Amino acid sequence: MAEIRVMRDELRPPDPPARRHLISIADLTRDDVERLLATARSFGRSLEREVKKLPTLRGRTVVNVFYESSTRTSSSFELAAKRLSADTMSIKAAGSSVDKGESLKDTALTLAAYDPDVIVLRHPHIGAPQLVARVTEAHVVNAGDGKHQHPTQALLDLYTIQEEFGRVEGLHVAIVGDVLHSRVARSNIQALVLLGARVTLVAPPPLLPRGIEALGCTTSTEIATIAAADVVYVLRMQQERMQEGASYVPSLREYTARWGVTPERLRPGQKVMHPGPMNRGVEIDPAVADAPDSLIETQVRAGLVVRMAVLYDLLTQGPVAAPALAIHEVA
Amino acid sequence: MLWTRQARRTDLVIRGARVVDPVEGVDDALDVRIDDGLITAVGHSVEANGHRVVEAEGLVLAPAFVDPHVHLRTPGREDEETIASGTAAAAAGGYCAILAMPNTDPVVDSASILRALAETATEEAHIPVGFLATISKGSEGRQLTEMGELADCGAAGFSDDGRPVSEAGLLRRALQYGGITGRPLALHCEEPTLSRDGQMHEGAVSAELGFSGYPSVAESVMVERDLAIAAYEQLPLHVLHVSARESVGALGRAQSAGLRVSGEATPHHLCLTDEAVRTLDPNLKMNPPLRAATDRAALIDGLRDGTIAAVATDHAPHARHEKEVPFEAAPFGVTGLETAFSALYTHLVEPGLVTLQTLLERMSAGPARIFGLERPRIEVGATANVTLLDPAASWRVTEGGFRSRSTNSWLLGRTLKGKVRLTVADGRVAFEA
Repeated sequence: MAEIRVMRDELRPPDPPARRHLISIADLTRDDVERLLATARSFGRSLEREVKKLPTLRGRTVVNVFYESSTRTSSSFELAAKRLSADTMSIKAAGSSVDKGESLKDTALTLAAYDPDVIVLRHPHIGAPQLVARVTEAHVVNAGDGKHQHPTQALLDLYTIQEEFGRVEGLHVAIVGDVLHSRVARSNIQALVLLGARVTLVAPPPLLPRGIEALGCTTSTEIATIAAADVVYVLRMQQERMQEGASYVPSLREYTARWGVTPERLRPGQKVMHPGPMNRGVEIDPAVADAPDSLIETQVRAGLVVRMAVLYDLLTQGPVAAPALAIHEVA
Repeated sequence: MLWTRQARRTDLVIRGARVVDPVEGVDDALDVRIDDGLITAVGHSVEANGHRVVEAEGLVLAPAFVDPHVHLRTPGREDEETIASGTAAAAAGGYCAILAMPNTDPVVDSASILRALAETATEEAHIPVGFLATISKGSEGRQLTEMGELADCGAAGFSDDGRPVSEAGLLRRALQYGGITGRPLALHCEEPTLSRDGQMHEGAVSAELGFSGYPSVAESVMVERDLAIAAYEQLPLHVLHVSARESVGALGRAQSAGLRVSGEATPHHLCLTDEAVRTLDPNLKMNPPLRAATDRAALIDGLRDGTIAAVATDHAPHARHEKEVPFEAAPFGVTGLETAFSALYTHLVEPGLVTLQTLLERMSAGPARIFGLERPRIEVGATANVTLLDPAASWRVTEGGFRSRSTNSWLLGRTLKGKVRLTVADGRVAFEA
């Protein structure tokens, strides 16, 4: 074998942007995550007051661009921006110029003409947030790019776990289901490992990506493994991403029988999470979803304060691009 | 089999360069004189004969390069590349001959299309260019092209590049029937049901980034199949853009068994691994994909020991707007003609992984031998096909510097060592910096 010199420095993009974005959990340090969670907690307290609106981001513009359907994520980003007094605008691919074949680059340039401070993007293709970050001056928040990342989901999940257990470090989390097609799984593995949790992935072999252990987790194909975990995180069985004939599993019926999370497969007191939307009766038994140990509603509430924290953090911490600041000081 | 436009044959003296001809075993500071396109003197203190003299101390004069795998996008996508722009780019990369793949629109599957290309090349090609024809009609993998007539019209070889020949039976017929032409069969080895939807090499990086994987076995299982058929028929074949360690192993075993099978590797597979894809730069998306460090090491070993006998750029121009999209939506392919030598000099020769002599052989004599082309050589009586290289020069790769109509290079913004100063192709100065 030839001796290969590692050239990672040369493989980095030539000019890393100074602007801050939230594209992948992989870009964050433990300090970043802990700061975001602390900010989210303080927003959580502020939301207990009668007047819930804070003036913090007055004069700032947050544009939500959603190329895929979403209820939770788009509504919580919009509300998060409003609670911080930012101006918001939401664009859905359906009914926009995207229907007329406009490219992502051109859509991004069009939106950039309004000088948005933040563009929140959900897109079916991996790499879409990077493209928008390259062609606009806005801070980009990835609200899900293909099967790659959904970082705010992972942050709200950490927040939920921390609220419940008082810590993340040392906990054991079992992530069950279609890991292969799940951006939520990828972001969560990285975030949980970053904060010192132990992660086990439980799935049928074809739905476990080859090489995923490199992220610092272990894998199992036995559903019984979940009994050892403090938290059982159930993934949606994403039928829409199962191409015809791909045969990841023989049938949903067999999947549910072998990997469905049912009351019998859980210990009393084990906490259950799910990023939604759920397929009740497929990956999760309705009795589990509605049980007192389910944290699913807490997750939705956490989404709001965590997204407030992300918007606040991007626009107030670190090297915000000087031209953007100047514009808003004048305004 | 190769076509180029008419131009004045050159009279030139290159003085004091380190002349390296790996096949002839020449490596010495020498003068070379070219009279009317022919090398007429190689030695010390050669008489100038009144010709222009290029002082070349500190530079390397080598047989010019041959690229067996270029996409010229003509006919069909002349906005991305033309015969004129592609051959100009090749000249700037030190090439004296290139072979164009037939997966154009329409594909080169009939004598009339091939003749039209040859005619255009005689009008506008800056260096000699040859054209492969498809193995199957429409490159659809169902019915053989009229290989006999295509060979008579000068097809340099046959390939359905861009697609595999999925049916083993058709591949066998192509080998058998193609044997009458004496022109090589160049195979894109990919088992499509294993690579389906694959965006990058399957491994830890694809697992982390979430891409559907294109596993190395999708290539090697097809290489093994095709080599088994070649062994059964005792006929030669050439494997395009080898990327997987297992493919190099299979090729080596077949060669040891006495089969006349060859393989080529691209500069990007020799320089990069799948780690590079973390940047999500669409100019790092190609088929086959960048693979793991062990695959890259096997390719470099293969290049050194000759299992991989040729460097091929797989120069694949794409329009800017088609690459300015998210990685996942981008087409496969990167350009390479103008950066091949510099990239390989920087990443393989400078770090001591491959000698300069080996690199020069694999970029020139190796590919020429596989495709039965005349080997560029520096000796008296030979047509001048030489390139003058400056190993000490550093340069930054920029969009504005390309002669290609497309700029989808994985090297944009990077600084490389080693630069082409002059290319003489078929006795004519085709490029001078």
